[in-house]
Amino acid sequence: MGQITLQDVQKSFGPVHIIKGANLDISDGSFVVFVGPSGCGKTTLLRLIAGLEDVTGGSILIDGKNVVDVPPAKRGLSMVFQSYALYPHMSVRGNIAFGLKMAGLPKAEINRKVEAAAATLNLTPYLDRKPRELSGGQRQRVAIGRAIVREPKAFLFDEPLSNLDAALRVQMRLEVTRLQKQLATTAIYVTHDQVEAMTMADKIVVLNAGRIEQYGTPLELYEKPANLFVAGFIGSPKMNFVNGAAAAKYGAATIGVRPEHLRIARDGEGWPGKIAVAEHLGSDTFLYVDAGALGTLTARHVGELDLSAGDDIVLSPDPSRIHRFDKDGNALRS
Amino acid sequence: MATRQTQLLARTLLTPAVALLFVWMIVPLALTIYFSTLHYNLLDGDTQQFVGLENFRYFLTDPAFLASLQNTLVLVGSVLGLTILLGIPLALLLDQPVIGRSFVRLMVIAPFFVMPTVSALVWKNLLMHPVSGLFAWIAKSFGLTPIDWFNDAPLFAIILIVTWQWLPFATLILLTALQSLDEEQKEAAEMDGARALSTFVYITLPHLARPITVVILIETIFLLTVFAEIFVTTGGGPGLQTTNIAFLIYSQALIQYDIGSASAGGLVAVVIANIVAFFLVRIVGRNLEA
Amino acid sequence: MARMATNRRVAISTVGAWLAGFLIFFPILWMVLTSFKTELEAFAIPPSFLFFHWTTENYATVQERSDYIHHALNSIIIAGGSTLIALLIAIPAAWSMAFSPTKRTKDVLLWMLSTKMMPPVGVLVPIYLIWRDFGLLDSLTGLVIILCLGNLPIVIWMLFTYFKEIPKDILEAARMDGATIGRELIYVLTPMAIPGLASTLLLNLILAWNEAFWTLNLSTLNAAPLTVFIASYSSPEGLFWAKLSAASTLAIAPILVLGWFSQRQLVRGLTFGAVK
Repeated sequence: MGQITLQDVQKSFGPVHIIKGANLDISDGSFVVFVGPSGCGKTTLLRLIAGLEDVTGGSILIDGKNVVDVPPAKRGLSMVFQSYALYPHMSVRGNIAFGLKMAGLPKAEINRKVEAAAATLNLTPYLDRKPRELSGGQRQRVAIGRAIVREPKAFLFDEPLSNLDAALRVQMRLEVTRLQKQLATTAIYVTHDQVEAMTMADKIVVLNAGRIEQYGTPLELYEKPANLFVAGFIGSPKMNFVNGAAAAKYGAATIGVRPEHLRIARDGEGWPGKIAVAEHLGSDTFLYVDAGALGTLTARHVGELDLSAGDDIVLSPDPSRIHRFDKDGNALRS
Repeated sequence: MATRQTQLLARTLLTPAVALLFVWMIVPLALTIYFSTLHYNLLDGDTQQFVGLENFRYFLTDPAFLASLQNTLVLVGSVLGLTILLGIPLALLLDQPVIGRSFVRLMVIAPFFVMPTVSALVWKNLLMHPVSGLFAWIAKSFGLTPIDWFNDAPLFAIILIVTWQWLPFATLILLTALQSLDEEQKEAAEMDGARALSTFVYITLPHLARPITVVILIETIFLLTVFAEIFVTTGGGPGLQTTNIAFLIYSQALIQYDIGSASAGGLVAVVIANIVAFFLVRIVGRNLEA
Repeated sequence: MARMATNRRVAISTVGAWLAGFLIFFPILWMVLTSFKTELEAFAIPPSFLFFHWTTENYATVQERSDYIHHALNSIIIAGGSTLIALLIAIPAAWSMAFSPTKRTKDVLLWMLSTKMMPPVGVLVPIYLIWRDFGLLDSLTGLVIILCLGNLPIVIWMLFTYFKEIPKDILEAARMDGATIGRELIYVLTPMAIPGLASTLLLNLILAWNEAFWTLNLSTLNAAPLTVFIASYSSPEGLFWAKLSAASTLAIAPILVLGWFSQRQLVRGLTFGAVK
């Protein structure tokens, strides 16, 4: 079991408030991603749950029990660090076995579990190597092995893939997701990469400046962002924002349109502009359009489009996919 | 790491070291200040009399003080100059592709590990002896008159010995710094058309500025209190020619047993060292931030 | 070097470096050679470099004189004792500052450094008098205490810079793995810190072995280490160069070996981490 509840959790370092009252309910077995720009407090929140930092206020419940005064070792969680934090003087076997050894399990059982974990992660041939003799991806696997072997109530991941190259990151993303589904263990995953968040999460927590901006499934966040921050943070390329008269027409202070929801035409009704840069990816075409008073707009078209820099075009938003925000930046629902 | 438990433990573990160093700093210094205001000579029995700043007046106006201050400055300045001027080319040389470099390094670093009394005596007897020393023999072979080092140029002889002891230190620090110089920076300079000399002036030398400062400061701290080399070779003489401040204070305290005056001198030495220490601590402190 | 060095360049720098190295090392070499000569040959002009009558009689004489062994033992006790005690005090302090720093940690470290800046001669008088009153003059205890205090700032600093390099993440990982603070120290921190501990130990043995201000001023006979023993050869009546050389060679040989092992750490230790 691994149900985690945060009730008005606060953290300050001296006069600086890092976490300004977080409430959250993470159900057992779900994969929750904390996402936000750097300095938003996502790692701090994870470390509070881990017990590596003391909370300033509020409570953290694991399976209904308040653990704020329980040391990290006794919380029954395991963590994968950004730097992997492997013990450099121990073999892969020693690294994975360490937690079990601390728990005082019999040797035979430790061996059995370590070998099972190693087999799951394709680490069997490397069990007797030292971490420095492994590649980045293999080290990453050892760190995950160390986390799963203890059968914790929940996994905590602190930006675990940020030190890998792009191709490997995509592959490990899949592996981590698959493993989590297979083990059905609660996972909390911190990242600043919204693509990772969208692809891996059952539910996403968007954090900004120590506050939870929105908590929901990836598609909820994409389709119904609660405010300007979430709207701008989720989705790639970023959502276009338009103020002024064009927005007032829709009864809002600001409207947002995703690049994929802008129709591209040579002429007609809409927002006229000149193409500044055209990116042809084959599968997609991205246009960066200079639209006068509206600023630079980004438009996405699936497939190839025969347009190039300097061409005059007209962009028209799909009326059903327009996001409306009031002057405080909160979403207006019709 | 930032939980209350570990922080309490950390404070407890730090206390003994802080307490010991605090006592070690405060007690002797306070006593030195106290003694410096007394007329107190161990030969006079236990008569102690408050004399205010009399000892400072006596110490600072003593011709021996000016002579020893001058000797100290000449000694520190010359050794600093020599170790850096010789250390830079030596470090540059060792940074080149050299066959058997690690062995050469060992030879260069060796003098630093020789205890001061040994190096002083070896130089004084085996090398600088006016009749049977190696230098005398070399001079004679070239038809020159051997130099009687410790009579004709005693301070220079001491400077040579101390330079030999500290040259390895300067070289090793400069070499370490050179090896941390980014090879790509030098290559970029080369791509920009810089010749070897301009690479040295515009890339290498600025990179060495900080280690050179560190060498100057740390050597100064140690060179201000050169003692054993003088103690075993000249005993401060002839006359006062090789008496530096450290040796002067020693002779007032443990030869003339004038506690008051020696304490006043000790405080003068502390003040001089603190001026240097001020700059060193700032440099090291800036490094802590990074 | 990214570029292939030309043979000519290698040849020139090799010859230059070996020449410089030889010149610098020469006084030590000359001392070692002299230690194998007879007293007459040691004094002879012109000097003979290799073709003299090699003898180990000086070493035998030095060994036979029980006072040499006495002083060598003193050196071992003083250097070893002061270093070990300094380590025992410094390890907890450095651990605490490296892994649980506060706003004041930097100031504490710099203050510790500044105690090392105090010239020993500035406190010679009170230390001499205190030692006299407590009967510590010419005692091993007295020298162990003073060298331990003198080197403590360097020991703490070196350990601090080594501990600083151990990633905090790894200790936190151990904590997440269920290790208590005690087990974290035994299983994770200590094995990772051993190289740093070893080099700190080595450098401070060297510094204490060669210390020649306090040893010369606070000891005369009973507690005198080799620095003081060698200094006694400076008296004019004792012009025994070959024996002086033999005694000196014995006194510096062990430390030269240790020093060669720890040359990298020397830079870091003596510059308080300002140059690495």
